[in-house]
Amino acid sequence: MSPGILGKKIGMTQVFRPDGQAVPVTLLKAGPCTVVQRKTPNSDGYNAVQLGLLEFIKPARINKPLTGHLKKAGTDGARFLREFALRPGDDDFKPGDQVLVDQFKPKDMVDVIGVSKGRGFAGVVKRHHFRGGEGSHGSMFHRAPGSIGASSFPSRVVPGMRMGGHMGDARVTVRNLEIIDVVAEDNVLVVKGAVPGPNGGYVIVQRAKR
Amino acid sequence: MTNALLSKFILKHRRTDFPEFRPGDTIRVHVKIKEGDKERIQIFEGTLIARNNIGMGETITVRKVSFSQGVERIFPLHAKLIDHIDIVRTGRVRRAKLYYLRGLRGKAARLKERT
Repeated sequence: MSPGILGKKIGMTQVFRPDGQAVPVTLLKAGPCTVVQRKTPNSDGYNAVQLGLLEFIKPARINKPLTGHLKKAGTDGARFLREFALRPGDDDFKPGDQVLVDQFKPKDMVDVIGVSKGRGFAGVVKRHHFRGGEGSHGSMFHRAPGSIGASSFPSRVVPGMRMGGHMGDARVTVRNLEIIDVVAEDNVLVVKGAVPGPNGGYVIVQRAKR
Repeated sequence: MTNALLSKFILKHRRTDFPEFRPGDTIRVHVKIKEGDKERIQIFEGTLIARNNIGMGETITVRKVSFSQGVERIFPLHAKLIDHIDIVRTGRVRRAKLYYLRGLRGKAARLKERT
């Protein structure tokens, strides 16, 4: 059993359960992945596997150190490399082993990690769900943050005050998504619910931690 | 625009057991209704006035006039709610959404048969 797999978000749609219930699903193109490196307590101090997503990439885009690193595993084109900690009960892997979607089956639970869509400099209404003010009726308070604290005491803004700022483009984990379907021939994983990031964004699919 | 793998997935999951119908057609929708643990079939017959959305979320809007009261029902096409659909008669129309029928009644709301 592999601890996880790397993939790419394809897009969302819906399917119907046998009892007629509609389920929102995200399709992920997961794998084929190859084990690029096996990290052991002896050599690296911890137990992990490094997986690489096999996808076409121009050889010139991979720098020389990475080319050598990939060569050890017998691959030459891995676009996306990530490590997975090995837990007791996981299979052992050698560099060069393949990890495919058939490692997962429907009803398994997974955590999906991705990089959320960047929203740029966002105001407090979008970023922290502040309510904002009225649009009309003479209201002169629309989407402004309002008061950020008292005056002479404490004469500063308390740390952690929610304000406008950069939003999105951050690593986001969505826990405990159910696997609805596995299409082995197309390397497609069908996961219930939404997954962070744009269509085409790279994601890490991990077995659910709890 | 849609990804090839996504369209392939949708093609596999969408229902293909319906006859080909178009807006303007009069259809009979056999709807499964669950009452407790028993299931029975109810028929809703009317004019198809719109097909909305593409992919798995596709819906059809069926309009009928019941006791001089207009009734419209929107059915999710690919859900298992629909048992089957019969075409009663075809209708020749020149647009995809027949919302103008809502403002017409009686003889004016008739549609010519498609040949």
